[in-house]
Amino acid sequence: MDSRRAPRTASDPKVRKVGFFTAPPDHSLSGPPDHPIFSFPTSHPPVVDNSSPSAGNSLSPVMIPPPRHSSATLSPLRRDSAELFPPSASPTSPASFSDDVAAAVMGRGAVAASSSLPGGLGFDIAAVKSAASSVPASGLTTVSVVNNLPMGISEKGGGVAVEMQNDQSTRSKSLKEKTTKAERRALQEAQRAAKAAAKAEGGKTPAAASVNTKSAKSVKPPPSQKNDSATVAASEKKGGDRPPEKDRKKEVPQPRMQYDDKSRVEKAKRRAVVKQTEARNRVELFRHLPQYERGTQLPELESKFFELDPMHPAVYKVGLQYLSGEICGGNARCIAMLQAFQEAIKDYSTPPEKTLTRDLTTKIGSYVSFLIECRPLSISMGNAIRFLKNRIAKLPLSLSESEAKTNLHSDIDRFINEKIIIADKVIVKHAVTKISDGDVLLVYGSSSAVEMVLLHAHELGKQFRVVVVDSRPKLEGQLLLRRLVGTGINCTYTHINAISYIMHEVTRVFLGASSVLSNGTVYSRVGTACVAMVAHSFHVPVLVCCEAYKFHERVQLDSICSNELGDPDVISKVHGREDINFLDGSDNSAILQLLNLIYDATPSDYVSMIITDYGMVPPTSVPVIVREYRREHLWI
Amino acid sequence: MWWRSASFILDKQQNDAVPKLRNPPDTLTPPSPPPLSMPDTLRNPNPQNNISAYYQTRAAHHAVVTSDWLAQAQAAVGSDPDGAPETAVPTVAGKPFSVIDEFNSWRKQPDLAEAVAAIRALAAVIRNCQATTMMELEIELRKASDSLKLWDTTSISLTAGCDLFMRYVTRTSALEYEDFNSAKSRLIERAEKFGEISCKARRIIAMLSQDFIFDGCTILVHGFSRVVLEVLKTAAQSKKLFRVFCTEGRPDRTGLRLSNELAKLDVPVKLLIDSAVAYTMDEVDMVFVGADGVVESGGIINMMGTYLIALVAHSMNKPVYVAAESYKFARLYPLDQKDMGPALRPIDFGVPIPSKVEVETSAWDYTPPQYLTLLFTDLGVLTPSVVSDELIQLYL
Repeated sequence: MDSRRAPRTASDPKVRKVGFFTAPPDHSLSGPPDHPIFSFPTSHPPVVDNSSPSAGNSLSPVMIPPPRHSSATLSPLRRDSAELFPPSASPTSPASFSDDVAAAVMGRGAVAASSSLPGGLGFDIAAVKSAASSVPASGLTTVSVVNNLPMGISEKGGGVAVEMQNDQSTRSKSLKEKTTKAERRALQEAQRAAKAAAKAEGGKTPAAASVNTKSAKSVKPPPSQKNDSATVAASEKKGGDRPPEKDRKKEVPQPRMQYDDKSRVEKAKRRAVVKQTEARNRVELFRHLPQYERGTQLPELESKFFELDPMHPAVYKVGLQYLSGEICGGNARCIAMLQAFQEAIKDYSTPPEKTLTRDLTTKIGSYVSFLIECRPLSISMGNAIRFLKNRIAKLPLSLSESEAKTNLHSDIDRFINEKIIIADKVIVKHAVTKISDGDVLLVYGSSSAVEMVLLHAHELGKQFRVVVVDSRPKLEGQLLLRRLVGTGINCTYTHINAISYIMHEVTRVFLGASSVLSNGTVYSRVGTACVAMVAHSFHVPVLVCCEAYKFHERVQLDSICSNELGDPDVISKVHGREDINFLDGSDNSAILQLLNLIYDATPSDYVSMIITDYGMVPPTSVPVIVREYRREHLWI
Repeated sequence: MWWRSASFILDKQQNDAVPKLRNPPDTLTPPSPPPLSMPDTLRNPNPQNNISAYYQTRAAHHAVVTSDWLAQAQAAVGSDPDGAPETAVPTVAGKPFSVIDEFNSWRKQPDLAEAVAAIRALAAVIRNCQATTMMELEIELRKASDSLKLWDTTSISLTAGCDLFMRYVTRTSALEYEDFNSAKSRLIERAEKFGEISCKARRIIAMLSQDFIFDGCTILVHGFSRVVLEVLKTAAQSKKLFRVFCTEGRPDRTGLRLSNELAKLDVPVKLLIDSAVAYTMDEVDMVFVGADGVVESGGIINMMGTYLIALVAHSMNKPVYVAAESYKFARLYPLDQKDMGPALRPIDFGVPIPSKVEVETSAWDYTPPQYLTLLFTDLGVLTPSVVSDELIQLYL
């Protein structure tokens, strides 16, 4: 896996594309090559033309000198380009690596615009330093070469580069795994030296050319070395300067790590406790999200159990439970996390010469990043963490350590109690008033709040029927169904495919939510949007039950920019049904991408009401609650 | 039991009958609009036991279009409407004080909104309270407001007014005064202030809405709303040229009354039967309606037919404006028409209806917020979604 990783980092040029775009030009490359000539010699002609922004899709061999790279051109045909320069391009490419690269290239939804040159670091840096003028030299098509080659390379290409590749990979691996100090220092020094050298050369075109050739030869461009992270960073900076639209996007603080942002990913990986293999064929629009091969993390984590000294066992346990899917559901995850933190705080003692507030905050930070590695945080957990950190920061300095710890302990207890448990009770109390005799309630998936509502309404003796709608692959509805039927509620079970049929008889739709964003968008289990839309078109009111601590001030318009990817295998295979597992064996095909989204965003238009601990409010009032009560949430 | 029995209503109407019988001839010049009179109710072929007291009162008020009513209205608009109140307050001489009686005495003034009457009645509770501690006072107040609310659950503005009053009066640092008497006087002060604010609300709304009435416009009005009348009156007084279409407003024919009032102001008025709304919508520039209650979603609950008009206006892209005082904001959230208990009221079809035929007697309907353009309130001109904002700030 390491070998895979290394190349990936190398193929950096990335533009962070937001929204819909047709395929990215893998080599968006870009620097505005003023002197395409240099690159030509080294690169194959087709490559060149790809580099031209507009040309992304044009197959013509004509070289169009790429204009100033204005907007990163998104060449629509990513696939095509891959096919364009088939094997011929690089016989040398290492096999393993080729696919990675391809994956990487495609995978990174965002091809850095500027990108630029993965080619030499020197260039990038130079480019950065000397504004546009230097760009030409660097830009070049080298980049394109680099990128294209790998892509073009069919999987078979084995070759010279392989060793290099491997070598690099091993190095990077070692870096990641062992990361002894000495080693890291050595690396850093090497990087620095490289940079300096590059800078010196940077301006000169010849140098560029040489680099190009070099890179062309060794399919894998130099960046594969650790340096690349530096390079990438540099190039990215530069890229940021150039295309203004992209720039703007980058300046906005990103709520989450964008997984198509190589340098960050790389950095994060170095810190990572959990080793994850990233899945290869990721779907175009979702490359900025992390996706890992399932099953790779768990054994490794387990084996490292005794090495994880910084990780508190309680946190570790929760992390494993997230990984294995043993704990799921917004509230359950949040409570488990907070309780683990409670444990950790109990066992915490301030190291000498440190202050509790600071040290504990970083400690919690490290736990959180561990948990993120296990499974991306939900918004509710993010809010809870914000709360906890806030409490820590607000601890009076005069408190002794044990007092501070008990303080925090009780704060966490209160949070769990007030924001989750009591909030649910209040929600149930409100929601029950909307259930009347003879109603047919439709629920989707399995939400703890909705389940409590149904059970309570049943306890009150209301006469109603429940339609449990479920969907592959999790089939969470079955568990809910079982519990409902167990208490004697009359139920109908169906899959989401039948939603338009069953909706005729439904009088209310009750949904849970992972989060409600401040434009009223409900962020919830995938399929919720579909249910809500169908209900809306049948004029059935849609009620969303969501505790107010899950509200978030973010605004999201689609399900793309922030989401979570599940294990793609579970949608391609049906467990225990060998006869219909037609996709067996084709998983590794480069032209097959499996998308298993976990969440989706329901626009507020389809939501009639949000039932929260502050009462029943229209979706338009979410920002009011966020505004009025955020302080309270954080301080309690 | 809060549903008023038919006999109660009859008693009540008999009390009112004297002025009513006298007045119609002189105020209603055209013979066509016979106000809903007692005989109608008596002849009602479908005797209803649960008739909304709120609508009953309104019907009673609306039937009485008298010159003294107008005088009262003028007084209410011009000055602080405190003339009548003083006389009504000291009703309790010997018998124990009762909020309901108090409330009813206030309610007799046709011009005084139900919620304001409730607010006045609750203020009187504070004044007459024998309590010696803050807690006692609060409990008593709460009891009084609960009994008021129970007295007529069909009146949204009554419930909302009581809740708001409790909120306004009790959520205050005044309660922390060490001296009970000063705290109490402070509460009374607040209560009176609140009553005053509520009274002025109509005036404020009228001023706010003037910007929306332009010369030459045609306004469709449904039902009889005192706020809407005030708005139109102000517009007429400021020499705006506009004409008004009044729906008939079956079954209590409130539209007739409104047209009557407008005719007096020399505003060109046209009466429509309720079913002619779509027919005339082409000519209409805006729709003005009042509201019995404004709910959390930003939608309104109003006289039957409002939803229909809003739908028609929406489909023809005409703005629908709602004039409603903020004390009508209620923490209710109906999901659809049937989500609230209905407020029933007798309907006179003029001919006997066979007993097998069911009659829809609900007095109100719910208009969802997406069909409303703006709400004119004393808090300002609001879009429907702000209602919930205000409610959250008020109640949470």
